[in-house]
Amino acid sequence: MADYKMHMLVCGGTGCRASESKKIRQNLDASIQANGLEDSVQVVETGCFGFCEKGPVVKILPDNTFYVQVRPEDADQIVAEHIVKGRQVKHLLYEDPTKQEVIADSKDMGFYKKQVRIALRNCGFIDPENIDEYISRDGYAALATCLGDMTPEQVIDTMKESGLRGRGGGGFPTGLKWQFTRNSVSEQKYVVCNADEGDPGAFMDRSILEGDPHSVLEAMAICGYAIGADTGLIYIRAEYPLAIDRLKVAIKQAREIGLLGNDIMGTGFNFDVELRYGAGAFVCGEETALIHSMEGLRGEPTFKPPFPAVEGYLKKPTNVNNVETLANVPVIINKGAEWFASIGTDKSKGTKVFALAGKINNVGLIEVPMGTTLREVIFDIGGGIKDGKKFKAVQTGGPSGGCLTEEHLDTPIDFDNLLSVGSMMGSGGMIVMDEDDCMVSVAKFYLEFTLDESCGKCTPCRIGNKRLYEILDKITQGKGTKEDLDRLRMLGNVIKDTSLCGLGQTSPNPILSTLDNFYDEYLAHVEDGRCPAGQCKALLQYKIIDDKCTGCTLCFRQCPVAAISGERKSPHFIDQSLCIKCGVCYEKCKFDAIEIV
Amino acid sequence: MEMIKLTIDKKPVVVKPGTTILDAASSIGIKIPTLCHMKLHDMGIENKPGGCRVCVVEVEGRRNLAPACVTKAEEGMDINTHSMRAINARRTVTELILSDHPAECLTCAKSGECELQDLAQELGIREIHYEGEQSHYREDTSPAIIREMDKCILCRRCEMMCNEVQTVGVLSAVNRGFDAVVAPAFEMNLDHSACTYCGQCVAVCPTGALTEVDHTGAVIRALSDPSKTVIVQTAPAVRAALGEEFDLEAGTLVTGKMTAALRRLGFDYVFDTDFAADLTIMEEGTEFLDRLNRHLKGDKDVQLPILTSCCPAWVKFFEHQFPDMKDIPSTARSPQQMFGAIAKTYFADKINVKREDLVVVSIMPCVAKKYESAREEFATDGNPDVDFAITTRELASLIKLANLKFNSLPEEDFDQPLGESTGAGVIFGATGGVIEAAVRTAYEIQTGKSLEKVDFEQLRGLEGVREATVDVDGLELRIGIAHGLGNARKLLEDIRSGKSNFHAIEIMSCPGGCIGGGGQPYHHGDDSVIKKRFEAIYKEDAGKAIRKSHENPHIVKLYEEFLGKPMSDKAHHLLHTNYFDRSNKIES
Repeated sequence: MADYKMHMLVCGGTGCRASESKKIRQNLDASIQANGLEDSVQVVETGCFGFCEKGPVVKILPDNTFYVQVRPEDADQIVAEHIVKGRQVKHLLYEDPTKQEVIADSKDMGFYKKQVRIALRNCGFIDPENIDEYISRDGYAALATCLGDMTPEQVIDTMKESGLRGRGGGGFPTGLKWQFTRNSVSEQKYVVCNADEGDPGAFMDRSILEGDPHSVLEAMAICGYAIGADTGLIYIRAEYPLAIDRLKVAIKQAREIGLLGNDIMGTGFNFDVELRYGAGAFVCGEETALIHSMEGLRGEPTFKPPFPAVEGYLKKPTNVNNVETLANVPVIINKGAEWFASIGTDKSKGTKVFALAGKINNVGLIEVPMGTTLREVIFDIGGGIKDGKKFKAVQTGGPSGGCLTEEHLDTPIDFDNLLSVGSMMGSGGMIVMDEDDCMVSVAKFYLEFTLDESCGKCTPCRIGNKRLYEILDKITQGKGTKEDLDRLRMLGNVIKDTSLCGLGQTSPNPILSTLDNFYDEYLAHVEDGRCPAGQCKALLQYKIIDDKCTGCTLCFRQCPVAAISGERKSPHFIDQSLCIKCGVCYEKCKFDAIEIV
Repeated sequence: MEMIKLTIDKKPVVVKPGTTILDAASSIGIKIPTLCHMKLHDMGIENKPGGCRVCVVEVEGRRNLAPACVTKAEEGMDINTHSMRAINARRTVTELILSDHPAECLTCAKSGECELQDLAQELGIREIHYEGEQSHYREDTSPAIIREMDKCILCRRCEMMCNEVQTVGVLSAVNRGFDAVVAPAFEMNLDHSACTYCGQCVAVCPTGALTEVDHTGAVIRALSDPSKTVIVQTAPAVRAALGEEFDLEAGTLVTGKMTAALRRLGFDYVFDTDFAADLTIMEEGTEFLDRLNRHLKGDKDVQLPILTSCCPAWVKFFEHQFPDMKDIPSTARSPQQMFGAIAKTYFADKINVKREDLVVVSIMPCVAKKYESAREEFATDGNPDVDFAITTRELASLIKLANLKFNSLPEEDFDQPLGESTGAGVIFGATGGVIEAAVRTAYEIQTGKSLEKVDFEQLRGLEGVREATVDVDGLELRIGIAHGLGNARKLLEDIRSGKSNFHAIEIMSCPGGCIGGGGQPYHHGDDSVIKKRFEAIYKEDAGKAIRKSHENPHIVKLYEEFLGKPMSDKAHHLLHTNYFDRSNKIES
C-alpha cells in the first residue's frame, strides 16, 4: 500500500458504521492532516473485522494494535499518542473478559488466534472501494490465470478437486454444480450470486460484499468462463444498502479497467454483472424461489428437477452460488485445489464463516477450518458464555438448525457431522444459549420465524408449522399435555418428510432437536406446569418472602396494575389474579424479598 | 427411445422418459390420491405446483417422500405408494388441510362435488389431530362469481387457469405462509378487477371456494308469481351436458327431457337460444359480408378480420385488454341478448304481455352470462332483456328441487315461435361452431348458390388455435379460430401488429367453447367429458332437418313481420351493441 509508514484501518462495516465509524475516520483524517502526517500515515476504511462485540474497531499497521469501542472523540488522542508519540492508548485496548488481561496485538487475541481467513481474507484489511487494493492482494490474478492458462474444464476440475461445497446451506459440491451447468447446451447461461442472506443473526455474506466485493465479482467471472455464461446477476436484499453501494462501486471500477465487460484482458471473454434486489423474503434464498423473484414472479420455490443448471433464470441454464462460496474461488485458483483440500475434514474442505451470537462474550464474525470443534469456537474464539453463566445449548444452521448440547461440544464442525447430530451447517449462524434460556421458548421463537417466512405454497409448511407453533404456544402457556409432545414429534417428522423446499424440510429441527436433547424441560412444562429456566411468564409467579419484606412500599408504588397490597412496614402481598408478571417488583425490590417460583 | 423400468408397489412398470410417478402408477392401475394436480390432456392444460403434498410416495433410498405428480420416474426406482410412512404423511397432510377448512360440508354449494370431501372419505379421515386457528377472509360477491376464500386450499388451479390459460392475470397468490390466499391484486374484490367472469376458475376449483352466484331462488320466485309470464331459453351446450348431473354418460343429448323438465318446472314457454343463434348468424353474417365486400372493393377503412362477439367473457376481455381494437369485433349481440331483446318486444307483443310482466330466464353453460345479462345497455328503463341467467348446474338443482325424475321424463319439443332452430344454431356450443354456421349462410348469400355439403370439417377440432380456408366460389376465405383467452390473445396480438391476414376469427373464452363453459357440470379434470359433449353437439346438428340459419322459417318470418332485413335500423337497435374501453376502469 503506497509508501505510507503507517496505516490506520477503520472498520466500515454496517455495525461499526452504525456506531459512527465514518465520523471516526473523518476525525482521524483531520487529525493526521492537522499534524501534517498525511504523507506518511494513511487512514483506510475497510470492511468488517468480525469483532463486532467491541466495535467500532480501529487497527494500526504495521504494529497490529487493536483499538476497540472507539468513539469519534478518541481520534485526536489516538493520533497524538500512538502515531506521534508511539504510545498505545491504553484505555482503548481490548481486555480479555475471562483472563482480565489487556491485549494490544490482534494476533494475540483469542478471537483471532484460531481463525483461518480465506473467504474473509480481505475483510478488515483493504479499502473495498479501491480496486487497486484488491489487485495488490492478488486480486483478479485468478481470473487472469483461468482466462490465460486454463480451459473451462480445467477450472471446473480444479473446483471439483478442491472439494469446495456450497456455503449457503446445501453443501452441494460447487465443482459439480458448475459441471452440470456447463453440460447444459444453451446460447445464453447465467451466473447468479445468491446474496439473499436471511438467517437471523447471520451476516457473513453482507460482510464479504461490504468488505471485499471484488472477490465475488472475480469469482463470478471465473464461473462464467467455466460454464459458458456472459452475464452475472447478484440477487441481493434491498436491506443491505452499504453492500449494494460497494458492489456498485466495485462493478464500475472493474468495468473501467476492463475486468468486466467485453473482451476481458484481451482474451475475447465477455462477462458483466448486474444487481437484482430482493424484498427480504427469507424463502427467496432458496434458489428456485430466488430465480422466480428475479423473473418478477412470486418468490416461491418450485419442484426440482429441473434444476437451475438445466432450466433456471428465464428458463436458461443458471448456476447459483452463495456469496461465501464464491469468495473462496479466487483463492482456490491462486493457491491450488490441493492446498484448499488440505484444510478441513474428509468430506468438508476449507473453512467456514460463522456468525457468533447470543449469550457469548465475543459476538461477531469468524472463519475457522472445517473440523474445528464447537467447543473451540464457543470458548476459545467466542470467549465463553457471557456473565460467567453456564453453557446450555448452541443452535447452528440458522432458524431451522438444531439445538446442540454440552455432549456435542467436541463434535468437529462439518456438513455431515452437524447433520448426524440433528442440526445442520446452514449458512453459518451460531447462537449460544445459557442456563437462563428456556428451550421450549427457543423452539417457539425459531418456529415463529419460519412461520412468518413460509411462502405458503405447500400444505405441511403453511399449515403444519402453524399447528406446531400453536402447540408450542400452548405448552409455554402451561396448557400443554404429554400427548402434545408426541404430536409435536409426529407432525414435525411429517413436515420434514413432505415439504416442498428446504425451508419446510428443516423448519421442525429446533423442535425435534430440543425434544431429543431437553425432553425433561418439556416434561416440566406439561407435567409440573413449571418452566425450569423461568422464562415462560404464564408458568411463573412472583411472590413476596414475608421474612425479607420490610414493607417499604416501593413494589406497591411501582406495580402498574395495582396487584400489590400491604400496610407500611409490614409484609406486602401480590394478588396473582391481577399480576401481569412484568417483573417490575422483582427488579425494584432492594431487599431481595421477591422470588420467582 | 430408451424406456425406463421401475417398480411400483412391487409391480414392474416400463414407461417413457419424462413420465411422472403418478402417470406410471396409473398405467398399471394404481391410483395415487391427488388434490392440487389437474391435467386436461387434450387441451394441453396442466396444474402441478406440487403444493398440496397429498400424492407423496415412498421411494426406496430417498431421504424424504416424493410427490408423485411432479417426480419423474427414474430407472430402477422402487416405489411404495401405500407404505405406513406414505399413508401417515398423506393423511396428516389432508388433516392439516381440513384443520384450516370450515366444516360446513352439509350446507356447502360444492357438497357432493368437492374433491377435498372425496379425498377425506377415500383416506378414511375420522378425526383431525391438529386443530387450530382457521383462515378467515372477506367474502367477495361479484355479478357472476362468489369467492369464499375460507374454503381455499391453495391448489392454485384457478390461478393457473386465470394466468396461463386465459392470460387474464387477475388471480394470483398473495400474502405468505398461513395467510397466503389466491386473490386479485391488493386483495380487491373481483368486480374491481379485469376479471372476465369466464368462470374457468370456478370450473376447476376442487372445493367451494369459487362458485357461481346462485339465481335459482329468484327463478323460483318468478315462477310462483302469478302476475308474471316466465319464459326460458336454453343454450346449445346445455343439452350436451345436463345429463351428467343425472348420472347419464357424458355426451348424452337430453334436449327432449330438458324441455319436458323446464315445462314441468312451470315455465310458460320453453324456447331455445339456438333460435337466437340463427338470428345472430343473420346479423353477424350480414355484417361480415358487408365488411368483406367493401374490403374486396378496395375500401381501406374497413375493419377486417371481423371477430365474433357471442361470448361475454371474450367481450369483457378485449374491453379491458385490447380497447384499442374494440371496433374490430362484430357489433352483433350474443344469442342470449338477442333472444331477450326479441322476447321482450316482438314476442311480448304477440302474446300481449307487458314488458315488465314478462320474465326471461336463460339456461347457460356459462357464468359470464350472468354478468352480460346485467350490463346496463341490455335493459330498457331498468328492465333487463334477460332477467336471470342460470347455469347448467343451477338448472340441475332446480330439477332436483322440483322432485322430477329426470331420466324418466318424456322427450318433448320446444314451443314456437322462438323454439325453432337449425343445426347451425346448435353448433354454437362448440369451438368453431359459430364460424361454421356463419360460413354456411355467408356462402349461400354471397354466391347465391346452394351448398352441397354443409359440414366444414376443417373448422372443427379441439386445438387451441386453428386456421382454415374455405373456398367461397373461388374466393378463398381465411378463417381463424381460438378458444381459451390465452389463444385469443395470440391472434389479437397478430392483428395489432399487422401480421394477421384472416377475414374472420371466432373466439370463445372457454377451452372447448361453451361445452367447456364455467357453468357446466364439473369435469373434475377428466377432459374426455368435454370431448364427448363436443361429439354430441355435432351429432345434434347432423340430425337436424334444417342446418342453415337463413333457412329457419321462424327467422324468415321474424324479419318479414318485425325486423325488416338484417342490419335494418330496428335490427340495429335491438340486436347490435357497442363496446367500452375498460382499460382504466374499475368496475363496481
